Amino acid sequence: MAVRVQREDFDVGAEVKRLTAGRTDIGAIVTFTGTVRADSAGAGVTAMTLEHYPGMTEDELARNEAEAAARWPLQASLIVHRVGTLRPGDNIVLVVTASAHRQAAFDAAAFLMDYLKTRAPFWKKELDADGQERWVEARESDDTAAGRWAGAPKR
Amino acid sequence: MTVKLLYFAWVREKIGKAEEVLDLPAGIATVADLVAWLEQQGPEYAEAFARPGVVRAAIDRRHVQPASPIAGAREIALFPPVTGG
Repeated sequence: MAVRVQREDFDVGAEVKRLTAGRTDIGAIVTFTGTVRADSAGAGVTAMTLEHYPGMTEDELARNEAEAAARWPLQASLIVHRVGTLRPGDNIVLVVTASAHRQAAFDAAAFLMDYLKTRAPFWKKELDADGQERWVEARESDDTAAGRWAGAPKR
Repeated sequence: MTVKLLYFAWVREKIGKAEEVLDLPAGIATVADLVAWLEQQGPEYAEAFARPGVVRAAIDRRHVQPASPIAGAREIALFPPVTGG
């Protein structure tokens, strides 16, 4: 169980290797990587700046991870989120979940991302090709996605 | 009550500062009370809170609701809905 907020890029393969090194109780590893899209603003995104609330971000991600561990039998998990200025195609976020079987790993990864989207204190600002800056608006579909876990039974 | 306020994203830009320590007058009991009082502190504050119900809050690094009490808070953050991931 680990969370990291960093400016540097991450290497998905290296992160998975480090998380699962020496483990023989893991039968399923799911990774989710979120990347910067160029097409979300009208004139095309040329850069995206991610701001966060240092301290609360790490706390919230850790609470999120603890909640996932309470709901599914996870052997290991990792959340890495980048901050600072990113370009289209760059990595933004990595979620890795490891379990004995695939369903728990898939579900926990989806849960971690849905909760991260609606609770982790990050804010994105896009810069378009015309030099216009725009704060990204929260999407109702993200609230809906997070809401689907509300009634999910704890184990 | 003296409290440290933190502002993020467009709330920070509109208010023009990232944080400040304020002495709150008596009678401010909840997050909603605090926002209503801040709105009266100048046009930049009024602008930041112009869209009712949009700005979110955290007390001592935990999400809270408008009706949440602020008594005992050391750090109150005000920010737009989050957009990470």
